[in-house]
Amino acid sequence: MNSEPDTLTLPEPKSFELLPKGIDSNQAGDLLEVSMGPQHPSTHGVFRMDVVLDGERVVKLKPVFGYLHRNHEKIGENTTYLGSMPYTDRLDYFCSLTNNWAYALTVEKLAGLQIPERAEYIRVITAELTRLQNHACLGGFLLQDMGASGTPLMYAFREREKILDLFESLTGARMMCNYMRFGGCRCDLPSGWIEQAKQVVESFPKFLDEFEALLNENEILMTRTQGVGVVSKALAVNASITGPMLRATGVNYDIRKVDHYGIYDRFAFRVPLGAHGDVYDRYMIRVLEMRESVKILQQALRDIPGGPIVDPKAKLRGFRPKPGEAYGRIEAPKGELGFYLISDGSPNPYRYRVRPPSLINLTVLEDMCLGHLVGDVVVILGSVDIVLGEVDR
Amino acid sequence: MDQLPITFKHWLVEFAPAEYQPLVSAIISTAAIIGVFASLFALTTVLERKGLGRIQNRYGPNRVGPFGFFQPIADGVKALIKEDIVPRAADNLVHFMAPLVLVAPVFLALAVIPMGRNLVALDMGGGVLFFFAVGAATELSVFMAGWSSRNKYSLLGAMRAIAQMISYEVPLIISSVSVIMIAGSLSTVRIVEAQAGYDGGLPHWFVLTPWGLAGFFLFMIAAAAESNRSPFDLPEGESEIIAGYYIEYSGFKFALFFLGEYIGMFAVSGMAITLFLGGWHAPFEFLTWVPSYIWFFGKLLTLIAVFIWVRGTLPRLRMDQLMNFAWKFMLPMALINLLTAGIWHLLGPGFSRWLICSILVLGPYWILGRALFQAKNVGKRIYQYAE
Amino acid sequence: MLGEGIIKGMVETARNFAGSFVDEDRLTTVQYPEERLPQKEAARNFPFLVYDGKDPEAGLRCVACQICEKECPPQCIYITKSKDRKPDHAGKPQFFPAVFDIDVSVCMSCQICVEVCPFDAIKMDTEFELSTDDRFGDLLQHKEDLARPNTYFQKLHPTDAAESDARLAAERAKAEAKQKADAEAKAKAAAVPKPSPAQVSNVVPALAK
Repeated sequence: MNSEPDTLTLPEPKSFELLPKGIDSNQAGDLLEVSMGPQHPSTHGVFRMDVVLDGERVVKLKPVFGYLHRNHEKIGENTTYLGSMPYTDRLDYFCSLTNNWAYALTVEKLAGLQIPERAEYIRVITAELTRLQNHACLGGFLLQDMGASGTPLMYAFREREKILDLFESLTGARMMCNYMRFGGCRCDLPSGWIEQAKQVVESFPKFLDEFEALLNENEILMTRTQGVGVVSKALAVNASITGPMLRATGVNYDIRKVDHYGIYDRFAFRVPLGAHGDVYDRYMIRVLEMRESVKILQQALRDIPGGPIVDPKAKLRGFRPKPGEAYGRIEAPKGELGFYLISDGSPNPYRYRVRPPSLINLTVLEDMCLGHLVGDVVVILGSVDIVLGEVDR
Repeated sequence: MDQLPITFKHWLVEFAPAEYQPLVSAIISTAAIIGVFASLFALTTVLERKGLGRIQNRYGPNRVGPFGFFQPIADGVKALIKEDIVPRAADNLVHFMAPLVLVAPVFLALAVIPMGRNLVALDMGGGVLFFFAVGAATELSVFMAGWSSRNKYSLLGAMRAIAQMISYEVPLIISSVSVIMIAGSLSTVRIVEAQAGYDGGLPHWFVLTPWGLAGFFLFMIAAAAESNRSPFDLPEGESEIIAGYYIEYSGFKFALFFLGEYIGMFAVSGMAITLFLGGWHAPFEFLTWVPSYIWFFGKLLTLIAVFIWVRGTLPRLRMDQLMNFAWKFMLPMALINLLTAGIWHLLGPGFSRWLICSILVLGPYWILGRALFQAKNVGKRIYQYAE
Repeated sequence: MLGEGIIKGMVETARNFAGSFVDEDRLTTVQYPEERLPQKEAARNFPFLVYDGKDPEAGLRCVACQICEKECPPQCIYITKSKDRKPDHAGKPQFFPAVFDIDVSVCMSCQICVEVCPFDAIKMDTEFELSTDDRFGDLLQHKEDLARPNTYFQKLHPTDAAESDARLAAERAKAEAKQKADAEAKAKAAAVPKPSPAQVSNVVPALAK
């Protein structure tokens, strides 16, 4: 006979458990605790930050997430390998094709499949198009958070629509593409797609010039973003930050150059590096990366060969890779997106784990925001470039 | 044609008995101002949304009425039928009075602006002084709104708004003092008359002089800050935690705040037109046949379009940057502008005064601009590429 | 100089404003629902079942193999096999689905059911205005709601329809050829008279010689 009560009583959450640095218990009463709650116009999704303020300065910040948790990894254990592919679209829902590629890469490592040339080229083209539209939207959202009433956002979305149209004619859906298969791609390029893609890529630098003219030397933007949210090289490397945020601090680490996955070795492109690690650097690195992606796209669209789309040895149904484990990673637009799969010979994976770049990049949010004003918190969060689908999976 | 409103008013006043005629005349002027400016407010809300939409490559509202111009009616109906929520802990009287305290002084301020030849509701000797005094009363309503809502975020928002508005009152008034000094009078009608006359085709407006141009820009920037327009709309910043001092207002009271803000924008633009842009004078001699109030409202609409344009382009300034800008840049520029206006007047006509005054304005502008940026190590950057 | 970047930005905005009246690229709004963009050929939203000919029951290609039900990741397809068989397009008697339901609120348009179907029986439709006001019953689409004729499929996805038509025609041709060969063999067997027992004994000694 147990005497436990029926209802579960949780302990009272104490927000001042650990006093922030530099504040003694006398001053603790003057602190203001604000919850930038899950419903907020600028937190890029359902994300909460418990911010403790001293006047207008931030003294402590605790990010709270999990509002969008959808059991992605557990579902992965109960579904076949092919069945998990549509779920990976919904991880970072802006960049579904790079998510697909990372997962397909991991399974191909696990099963030892070879990918034909044409499929590799198509993968690179779709991944770079995804990177273009993601970085454009990031610039737009960052400025929207700063109060530019949506103008750069609308320009970015204008370009994004063109790229999404390309995706729709290729894969059938604008955002949830479900296009990569183990050993290649699902279907071949329709006729006229390459010409359309070339047109979109040719018009993109013009949009970039307009965007930069609107924003790069804008004094208000510069004063609001330079020197704000600084991450040092040592902190970035220690916290395993990846992606444009890492390169903005000056560390030269781009997985496309380090891992040589896919056929990126055949394309000539440079990796821009920042020097200060602040919000302005992160924004500018993304703009420069967009230009590099345009270069890669021009080369890939020029050189794409004919041929089969999928490895003939790959099976659609009844796919059982040999027991083993594999970790595959790619340079997603947000950072290093990795999948870790353990197979035990059955149609479902034994363990399915996603390394989400947005979540890992968020761990330094408090260090970036300490000492800044409240208005900067939103700007810094915008520059980390998170998508809650990936943070919470 | 030009005097049509005045003759119409005199005709109407004739109907009243003799001892009530001044009262009836005042009532008619008041009704006319409220009517005209309230419809201008309605028109501006639609124009702003359509203008912002076109800047952003999309249509604005275009479903209600022809090209969407009946949208304010829909917005008004929505504001009226919304439930009026007052927080339980709020101070009811102050909460109720705050929108009224905003709207009443702002309409009062419109009384001294000459909108056409002889078309001013109140021809006072101290018109400009009256305008600024009444305009400062609107800041009281901001604080009343913030305090009475019993909400710590709205209180913080109200305090920020007050700090912003008070800091920008100073450059506003000092840049207008240079005009008063040159025109020699505080009366708005006298100031407009001082800008009459044409000089080889170009009008005598104060904006066409070096100190007038600098003063005009300072006045307009301070005016944007006074009316909480972008890029100074921090107190109503939606993407910050504090959504503003009118966070607890809903329905018609919110609409009244909105109205007060826009009429404040009109009033201060009207004052800018009076002080710098020659009031109701036509820009060129051959265009004087067009009625004077057409020119006034045309200039007013142009200034409103500039406000909308700026709102669509610029992100907003942070609080401390806003204050820095006001005290470390605008105030010294306004004082130097005052000095320049005096030198202009004393030097007498000729080429030398243009040269000296232009240098006196551009030099400090350049120096102060550099100082504002170098303090924080802010500037253009060049990026390296990895090998 | 202070203000240069701001002026550049404002020029850009003004260019967009003026351009939105003259340039189509700068006003990309499509005023739905009066104007609609044409659907792309590959677009997909919700599955439908294909039937050949005019009768949705008789011409339904689906043979209730239940492969799509197993492979569907969110498991939104519910199939019940029939007890009897009906002839399919090539004449062979096959099972057919007595119940074939797809739940609109669960389906995530991933198209895996289309990829794994061996019979070209389920394809993706582009219809997206599927909302109803009955939350509980109306979102489950039954066999009658899902069945569409092959002509509809040909209009919607011409290349796909051409491929599946070619494949089915090839199967039909093979089946017909086999039938003809069978019939000929049977006819030949019927043309040769069956030997009577008395004659057999006559033949056998002849053969034995």
